[in-house]
Amino acid sequence: MATTPLTLKELSKKEGLLTSGHRMCAGCGAPIVVKMVLLAAEGPIVAANATGCLEVSTCISDYTAWKIPWIHNAFENAAATLSGVETMYRSLKKQGKISKDIKFIAFGGDGGTYDIGFQSLSGAMERGHDMLYICYDNGAYMNTGIQRSSATPFGADTTTCPAGSVIPGKTQQRKNLTKIMAAHDIPYAAQASPSHWMDLVKKVKKALSIEGPKFMNILSPCNRGWRSRTDDAITLSRLGVETCYWPLYEIENGVTKVTFKPKEKKPLVDFLKPQGRFKHLFAPENEWMLKKFQEAVDKEWESLLKASGNEQP
Amino acid sequence: MKLKGWKKVTPGAVCTVAGSALEFKTGSWRAFRPRWIEENCIQCLFCWMYCPDMAVNVKDGKMVGFNYDYCKGCGICALECPGKKGKKAIVMEEEGK
Ligand code: SF4
Ligand code: SF4
Repeated sequence: MATTPLTLKELSKKEGLLTSGHRMCAGCGAPIVVKMVLLAAEGPIVAANATGCLEVSTCISDYTAWKIPWIHNAFENAAATLSGVETMYRSLKKQGKISKDIKFIAFGGDGGTYDIGFQSLSGAMERGHDMLYICYDNGAYMNTGIQRSSATPFGADTTTCPAGSVIPGKTQQRKNLTKIMAAHDIPYAAQASPSHWMDLVKKVKKALSIEGPKFMNILSPCNRGWRSRTDDAITLSRLGVETCYWPLYEIENGVTKVTFKPKEKKPLVDFLKPQGRFKHLFAPENEWMLKKFQEAVDKEWESLLKASGNEQP
Repeated sequence: MKLKGWKKVTPGAVCTVAGSALEFKTGSWRAFRPRWIEENCIQCLFCWMYCPDMAVNVKDGKMVGFNYDYCKGCGICALECPGKKGKKAIVMEEEGK
């Protein structure tokens, strides 16, 4: 199979598999993520979607933005649904009724992945289905009005952990899902960001070349929930990476590799400041939160560097 | 876009036409309109890659303008455009002005 060289010029000649006319908000990160994932894939793909912004906005009643076979079942079972599809495919292939090599990709937001769809995701990974599960992580239940999820960052203001005079937003740290998925001993788990498109595309290509269960967690800015501008999805995801809030790394067969090391690690506040959901953290009485948040980011980054044998001197 | 009556909807709401969302023109959402200034364009195609709405037209590997039927006016393309010598090749302008 001919592979497209990794330049934007060559990629732009490929057919886009997610069309215009979807109803995601202006400036949403999720369709950028999906478009990049689909551009990375070669050959036939079948996708499943958990309930969420992406699902409701790309397939409204009779109108779909997908140009590939796509199935939505419920909030909690994208991975289980795709497990069934993939199993049927293997059976039909054995019976000689399908000859194509098909790749399977599930998409879920953080609500449908970290929380509600977690058991079905964990099960699909344990059973070893040949699929790539992509979480587009925007850090809350944005579709239903910005409720906290276990992916919501520490300190963030959401409608179910509002920042008030007594409780300053979310008081817990986020669940480290990428590492939890890697702990399933799957062959491939990675983190990516749309700002670093080449890194993202390479990771998807690698994941799809591996047989078995794969997981990718991709940062997906949401200007409604992050209380930011409509034009800054890429700028914010870049800051997420450069502050090491969202480290880019992969864990392949248990071996951790940091795939992007910022030349200069920016202070976390560079990522937080442009987002209204963190506004209250800049009040003098909440300084301890900024410190605590920065410490958590540093700790995770150092542990990743250590795991990848890449300790900074 | 013409909405179908419920009797016309397929069982299980199965969509049989791939990419039928193209019938829905999201360009009407736009409050700001991107304008391309060709002489400042270095053809990096960042605008194409980062547009959430697939509204940057590319022909034979070259940026050729916008598809205003679908562009929602988010401004990502303009913010990410490096342009030439500090001059942007995309600027956002208020609609209807
Ligand atoms: S303004 Fe937004 S939707 Fe319009 S072309 Fe630019 S990136 Fe795409
Ligand atoms: S981002 Fe700017 S310079 Fe790059 S191709 Fe688009 S218009 Fe041209």
